[in-house]
Amino acid sequence: MWLTNSSIGRKVVMSVTGLALILFLTFHACMNVVALFSAEAYNAICAFLGANWYAVVATAALAALVALHFIFAIILTLQNRKARGGSNYAVSTKVVAGKVEWASKNMFVLGIIVCLGLLLHLYNFWYNMMFAELAGVEGPLSPTDGYAFIVQTFSCPVYAGLYIVWLVALWFHLSHGMWSAFQTLGASGKTWLPRVKAISIVWSTVVILMFIVVVVYFALGFGCECSAACGDGCAQAAACGSAC
Amino acid sequence: MARNISFTIRYWKQNGPKDKGHFDTHEMKNIPDDTSFLEMLDILNEELIEEGKEPFVFDHDCREGICGMCSLYINGTPHGKTATGATTCQLYMRRFNDGDIITVEPWRSAAFPVIKDCMVDRSAFDKIIQAGGYTSVRTGQPQDANAILIPKQDADEAMDCATCIGCGACVAACKNGSAMLFISSKVSQLALLPQGKPEAARRVKAMVARMDELGFGNCTNTRACEAVCPKNETIANIARMNREFLKAKAKD
Repeated sequence: MWLTNSSIGRKVVMSVTGLALILFLTFHACMNVVALFSAEAYNAICAFLGANWYAVVATAALAALVALHFIFAIILTLQNRKARGGSNYAVSTKVVAGKVEWASKNMFVLGIIVCLGLLLHLYNFWYNMMFAELAGVEGPLSPTDGYAFIVQTFSCPVYAGLYIVWLVALWFHLSHGMWSAFQTLGASGKTWLPRVKAISIVWSTVVILMFIVVVVYFALGFGCECSAACGDGCAQAAACGSAC
Repeated sequence: MARNISFTIRYWKQNGPKDKGHFDTHEMKNIPDDTSFLEMLDILNEELIEEGKEPFVFDHDCREGICGMCSLYINGTPHGKTATGATTCQLYMRRFNDGDIITVEPWRSAAFPVIKDCMVDRSAFDKIIQAGGYTSVRTGQPQDANAILIPKQDADEAMDCATCIGCGACVAACKNGSAMLFISSKVSQLALLPQGKPEAARRVKAMVARMDELGFGNCTNTRACEAVCPKNETIANIARMNREFLKAKAKD
């Protein structure tokens, strides 16, 4: 199978899974931004994407995408280390320094940070929401009250800080990964490379900013002032805030 | 104004692919700055021989930047630092200063084992070319020169790709030891022309397969290769090769 046993094939798997994940991130960011305007609307989305069969299937598909992306990253990185050989240069490249993006040389490390952040994120939200609903776990908050979970999580400055670090690492990962995916799929060239690069950087910056705005908004406590819509969430947030 | 410079050269000594290798140093005195880098190394070797030491081994041939034999990693850059890209033989001592310490290393990559000192075995590139980097030509009467019309743009683009001399600087600079810039240039120079089209699919598949067999790494688009290429090949070639490869696989 050329997708697994050829160099370009393995890169194609990385590109396609990566682009699919960027598409997911884009939808996710759009949904998050809703929380800035209306708690009810946000919770309606949470209910729609709760323990329904299509949401569960989509979640499983996403998990498969992440797993493929991660497994191929490990295979490629190990092969690349082997191809590089054991000996390192005594003097590191100078010409290259200005022309090679920092992110492009650290994609694997950035990917690991993204994965760790993802685990924390799954614990904070998915475990309490979709998983709790599926497994019938009773928590202090209703599993479909996504707004309350946002308020609760980001009112804690440690979580807010960790999420911002995570999102910055993700931005670096995307700033190289997105145009690199198009390049690997051959959708690039002398004319199109600068264009694809510009589109990719703008796209990933907008997506990441949408995520960060939501974190900052709730970390600064704006989410609690709209007490009418917030309801129970605020009491919980206050409780968490003091515990934190 | 011509000037003379004195500097210290640190050069890599290694007895074979398995040997660990180390740096030796030598003080170079009053070298005219019009001397080319390889001429400077010739002077070094004469001095070493006079001192009864073993000369330093390095690759070189045409000394005019077209054969692709010279291959030194100078002060952390393949072929040394030049303004617009040039091979080691086209690097002159005027790019260095009095009192510099100049470090000379071999290409370091698993696919390019060291033969001795800074001479590395780049026959892997020949094997990739043998896998498909050619056109099969019917012998007999030559065709009329204008029988196949080629747009000027395509001819120029193919020529730019063909200027790749296969020196291996791309592999040397790549953190993944990937040969994609070299192979994509060789695939492109033929894929762009009508003469290369009939065998394009077979060619790209065979060359990529051979590349994988020989233990080159996977491209991660860091663009270190194009930053150091003495012939200014671009990663647009890599995109073209990926396209050719995907097209060929889709047809299967």
